[in-house]
Amino acid sequence: MTILKEPDYGTPAVSNDQSVKVKIDGIDVEVPAGTSVMRAAAEAGIQVPKLCAKDSLNAFGSCRMCLVEIDGKKGTPASCTTPCEQGMVVKTQTPKVERLRRGVMELYISDHPLDCLTCPANGDCELQDMAGVVGLRDVRYGFEGSNHLNEETDSSNPYFSYDSSKCIVCNRCVRACDEIQGTLALTIQGRGFNSRVSAGGTDFMSSECVSCGACVQACPTATLQEKNVIDLGMPTRTVLTTCAYCGVGCSFKAELRGDELIRMVPYKDGGANEGHSCVKGRFAWGYATHPDRKTKPMIRQKISDPWQEVSWEEAISFAATGLKNVQQKYGKQAIGGITSSRCTNEEVFVVQKMIRTAFGNNNVDTCARVCHSPTGYGLKQTFGTSAGTQDFKSVAKADVIMVIGANPFAAHPVFASRMKKRLRQGAQLIVLDPRETETVKNPHVEAKHHLQLLPGTNVAVINALAHVIVTEKLVDEEFVKERCDIEAFEAWKEFIALPENSPEVVETISGVNAQEIRNAARLYASANNSAIYYGLGVTEHSQGSTMVMGMANLAMATGNIGRDGVGVNPLRGQNNVQGSCDMGSFPHEYSGYRHVGDDSVKELFESMWNAPMQTEPGLRIPNMLDAAIAGEFKGIYIQGEDIAQSDPNVKHVKEALASMEMVIVQDLFINETAQFAHVFLPGTSFLEKDGTFTNAERRINRVRPVMASKTGKSEWEATCDLAKAMGYEMDYENAAQIMDEIAKLTPTFAGVSFKLLDEVGSVQWPCNEKAPLGTPIMHVDQFVRGKGNFVETPYVPTEEKTNRKFPLLLTTGRILSQYNVGAQTRRTANVAWYPEDVLEIHEADAHARGIKDDSWVHLQSRVGETVLRAKISDRVPAGVVYTTFHYPVSGANVITTEFSDWATNCPEYKVTAVECRPSLRGPESLLVNSDALVGK
Amino acid sequence: MIKVFVPIDDASCSVGANEVAHEIQNQAKLKNIDIQLIRNGSRGMLWLEPLVEVEMDNVRIGFANVQEEKVKELFETNFLTNNNHPLTIGVVDNHEWLKNQTRVTFQRVGIVDPLDIKDYENHGGLAGLKNALKLTDSQIVNEVTESGLRGRGGAGFPAGIKWKTVLNSQSDQKYVCCNADEGDSGTFADRMLMEGDPFTLIEGMTIAAIAVGATKGFIYIRSEYPAAIKTMNKVIEIANQSGLLGKNILGSNKEFHIEVRSGAGSYVCGEETAMLESLEGKRGVVRAKPPLPAIEGLFGKPTIINNVLTLATVPMVLAQGANFYKSLGTEKSKGTQVFQLAGNIKQGGIFETSFGISLNDLINKFGQGTLTGKKIKAVQVGGPLGAYLAENKFNTAMDYESLANVGGMLGHGGVVVFDETVDMSEQARFAMEFCAEESCGKCTPCRIGSTRGVEVIDKIVKGENKAANVHLLLDLLDVMTEGSLCAMGGLTPLPVRSALENFPEDFSLISSQVTAQ
Repeated sequence: MTILKEPDYGTPAVSNDQSVKVKIDGIDVEVPAGTSVMRAAAEAGIQVPKLCAKDSLNAFGSCRMCLVEIDGKKGTPASCTTPCEQGMVVKTQTPKVERLRRGVMELYISDHPLDCLTCPANGDCELQDMAGVVGLRDVRYGFEGSNHLNEETDSSNPYFSYDSSKCIVCNRCVRACDEIQGTLALTIQGRGFNSRVSAGGTDFMSSECVSCGACVQACPTATLQEKNVIDLGMPTRTVLTTCAYCGVGCSFKAELRGDELIRMVPYKDGGANEGHSCVKGRFAWGYATHPDRKTKPMIRQKISDPWQEVSWEEAISFAATGLKNVQQKYGKQAIGGITSSRCTNEEVFVVQKMIRTAFGNNNVDTCARVCHSPTGYGLKQTFGTSAGTQDFKSVAKADVIMVIGANPFAAHPVFASRMKKRLRQGAQLIVLDPRETETVKNPHVEAKHHLQLLPGTNVAVINALAHVIVTEKLVDEEFVKERCDIEAFEAWKEFIALPENSPEVVETISGVNAQEIRNAARLYASANNSAIYYGLGVTEHSQGSTMVMGMANLAMATGNIGRDGVGVNPLRGQNNVQGSCDMGSFPHEYSGYRHVGDDSVKELFESMWNAPMQTEPGLRIPNMLDAAIAGEFKGIYIQGEDIAQSDPNVKHVKEALASMEMVIVQDLFINETAQFAHVFLPGTSFLEKDGTFTNAERRINRVRPVMASKTGKSEWEATCDLAKAMGYEMDYENAAQIMDEIAKLTPTFAGVSFKLLDEVGSVQWPCNEKAPLGTPIMHVDQFVRGKGNFVETPYVPTEEKTNRKFPLLLTTGRILSQYNVGAQTRRTANVAWYPEDVLEIHEADAHARGIKDDSWVHLQSRVGETVLRAKISDRVPAGVVYTTFHYPVSGANVITTEFSDWATNCPEYKVTAVECRPSLRGPESLLVNSDALVGK
Repeated sequence: MIKVFVPIDDASCSVGANEVAHEIQNQAKLKNIDIQLIRNGSRGMLWLEPLVEVEMDNVRIGFANVQEEKVKELFETNFLTNNNHPLTIGVVDNHEWLKNQTRVTFQRVGIVDPLDIKDYENHGGLAGLKNALKLTDSQIVNEVTESGLRGRGGAGFPAGIKWKTVLNSQSDQKYVCCNADEGDSGTFADRMLMEGDPFTLIEGMTIAAIAVGATKGFIYIRSEYPAAIKTMNKVIEIANQSGLLGKNILGSNKEFHIEVRSGAGSYVCGEETAMLESLEGKRGVVRAKPPLPAIEGLFGKPTIINNVLTLATVPMVLAQGANFYKSLGTEKSKGTQVFQLAGNIKQGGIFETSFGISLNDLINKFGQGTLTGKKIKAVQVGGPLGAYLAENKFNTAMDYESLANVGGMLGHGGVVVFDETVDMSEQARFAMEFCAEESCGKCTPCRIGSTRGVEVIDKIVKGENKAANVHLLLDLLDVMTEGSLCAMGGLTPLPVRSALENFPEDFSLISSQVTAQ
């Protein structure tokens, strides 16, 4: 489409059951009471001139361009700040207001450069537009008076610049930073004519700015402008698509000129983000055209050989032959594949289909194994669905928000902004986290209760919270009686009331003050609406699944399920974790979480796919790796995942990969895993994909190709080619056909089609006959499984324990500017904020070991060692250290162990017993040497 | 024991009252005379300060312009018992200046010991509050509405109606905010009241709080009033100790607490919404209305915002009844106004009287003309945003309506006199410059317009494209008047336009050149 300019109604929509009728320029309009005159006019199709108003921001009333006349009212009120009253008669164009507007515009332009033709915002400038609308023809003040025309530009941010000389002080940036992002990094400095936008008195890069881009988007002029636009010019067309970073799944307008992407601008109608974004989605997409990107298929006989660029046909045939040879030599079960949570539903679906048909086994797993597999298991056991219960919007109705093992301010920033808004309105926050993260405490919100537990003691603490609720009679008896399985509840109640679950006992295990637990439990149980949001700090534990069920128990016991403002919600790490799980990526489940042992499902798939299905579950990722080392598993197809960096005990992973005979990697870059590959199939970035991503709220968003595939193929085409080369016919004309097949085979997707998504924007599954437009909130009248199921959750300590040799507990997480293993963000200017992984260590621990701030520190666990830079921090308590895993050089996962969730094998990344000591040399000195393994 | 009064008012202290007080004590000690020295407020006759009073036979005899070095002489003439010293002005209450006033709001200022709550009560204090405690909340509001009391901060909005809005707003928390950011040039009544009769303000705020159900109050005092800040803080402490404030006001089980907050030098923080922002700890920037502060005020809660004089009048209204108060003044401007005579005037100070007195009486009869003895050329009524009135308007009655009729405004009751040497083009320029200096910067007409205003006036005075620039200036005045967000930018054109229209010759113009095209 041509460039999409979203209509702006000037002030936010008002929800009010009562409505009022007004007449604006002779047109009758009915609007909810409280709606501004400006918005009512816009709804009647009348654009009142404006500069400081924007419908994503509260009315401000500063620019005085929107003055109108209202019968019976004195003067010329501003239409943005004047609410409609019943029977009001408004005139938006009168000689008087026309004269005033022109007079105000004349003042603006008397302090504004007249360089429109060479200005980066030329064609996309509201000041320019409004000067035209009001018919300004002359600036009688001249230009020799006081002005700001020679002010310096602040170019410190890598993605946008601040040119003060063009600023009209409309405050939109300042308000966006406050009202939308919630960081309040911007302010106005000085008064009167000297009022200037300021990033807290310093330059943008040194300020508290998180580079979310809200200010740039809000700016009506070229004052805050993307550097890309300054360098390249204005985009001319728009493609609506979905961000490929975290599981929030923000909708974006990709704005292009020709096939050149100029900028990504968050889309107001995006269900997940409603026009907001973070530094990654908004700016960090340059990796798609990074020189490291490989766009040609490559093969090699041995992993010690150099890569050889070949045609697609040759690469596919080489791969197919390799896999077939392995199956001939070692049996049908000797190969498998891993789907990627970065890829579209359609791409994932065809990979698992290829494995179940062309490979003829169920050896398919997904990278969600290492993140949210316990979510799927735990929520299915208790509620009946392997997904979160709410939409993101729901947080606006929560009165108490409990964040467990997640740091949304760093990892899910757009959701965090919604949450912060609610917290600033007065909702209370409870955080369970071993660290004092920015979610626990930041300049504008602070958790009422921070349960700073020792890593690995989640279940003990959640049980203690439930213990208080049960023993202090805070249970929502009515809800439990009506909605839950009473027998299961009674058994659970008896279990949870045991003294071993009391806060006083749990205090000795978790280190959390018993009274604090009691108070937190009372707060959670007593609020009208309490909502739980959680992350990998819940799942990546040996008791990850237990903890998920523990949270579900808590929500059910207090009746916090099935309406706005409540629920149990995973914050998914990757863009399509939810989708890749939904698509049947598990060795035991088809799409829609149906077991491979279920005959009726099996029949359905066999008839649709025209191939025999296996009823025995296949291998999970860790099983595949173990089997590889045991010599039984020799070929693998890895779609967009870097298991040699992201999976625990990297040494073990690499040994497993090195022992295989046919490793096929489909990716954008030669990643760590590709070092062990025989075939490299170039993947497509999200900017080239056509398909859908499903975010953490089960929202199916369209991903539309912004540019042609740089590899000449869609990823699903390559997969189909491989399946065909192995002897299974698999053909689609386009991605829409794949979705149609998914819809036919998957009851929760029955109503989904590209056509529907293109019409309505997005839907949240289940989307079927019963819910043709999807299901924002689940379990409303009854649980998907019927009655809510309480599951007993005894606390079992992890076997990963500290001892004299490894006295510290290492836990891991991520930061705002980087993403996951960094393959994308490290190839963008985001490195300006975070050039390397660091080890956060408490002063006492550092002091005892002679470790200095900013110096190298050697970190060792039972399975590996690495070197990182130390950062002495009071965010971690004594005894706990913390790092991220964004950089391969520091290889945090070299030291994480293979302990994993009892139910799903999700690795226990969050707890590793370690010791550290000062190091003279950096991490290069002991990089786990892939070279040695690959025989170079 | 002989009572001697030496004002502690800042105006008196600025001309040596502290030194005089010290010396009186010194001399009394030397002469072994037992006196009770009371530091009272000023009687408002600023040209007589320091005005020392001695209570003799239940009347107070005044000694004007007493200087430290004169004290010894006073003692030598036995001024404590004998009123024949040349500095005496006789019985102070009989002074022409005071005799012709109707002191309601200022009835105790200068009379009582500001820090003595007993003295306050002995002079009629707390009667209003005690009456209020017998009434229901809406009865109190009705009484205030009925009295016709209007906001004395400048806008003149009926206090009772404002209170009623707050009363009718449902909220878990309401506030009473007293605007004591008295920034208008030539005004000082708020300060003198706070320094001279602070309990009245406390009582007025408490009545307001009880009337609307507020439990917390703030007095926002400009930082340039350190003595008032000190006095109010002290008085709040006394009020808390004596049960006038706190959790159980005069045993009524009603709760009200007051805190003093000081400004940081911004004129615009006297604008009520900017004051709220400042009270909330934010930049002092004006808010758009609606929402009205009475509905969404401090921290988003229903808030009464009244000027010091408004709130300080309330105890009297409740003590003597609405009928008494509304019997004073004109048809629409009820009660009294505390006029502040300043500038180039012979007798400056506080003149409280019923609305309707003529400007001429104020400045010539009571003010006695200019201090320089030259002819009065212009009078600016209502602070720096008020109009400059020329001689042909001096017969105007001083009330809201009459002043509006001649293109002026009463504002906070400041009256600043200029003699014939004033250049009104400089005054017009000053008005724009003042706005440029004090603009909060939020709305465009004020932010940019005031700076351009200075520039355009300079061009006119220099004679550059005179006709075109006068036209431009008049256009700008319209844009500022009609387009500004608050009264700062909206009223700045008033002095400018009045200077242009009434004194075109000072701009080397003739009057036909300055009427709007």
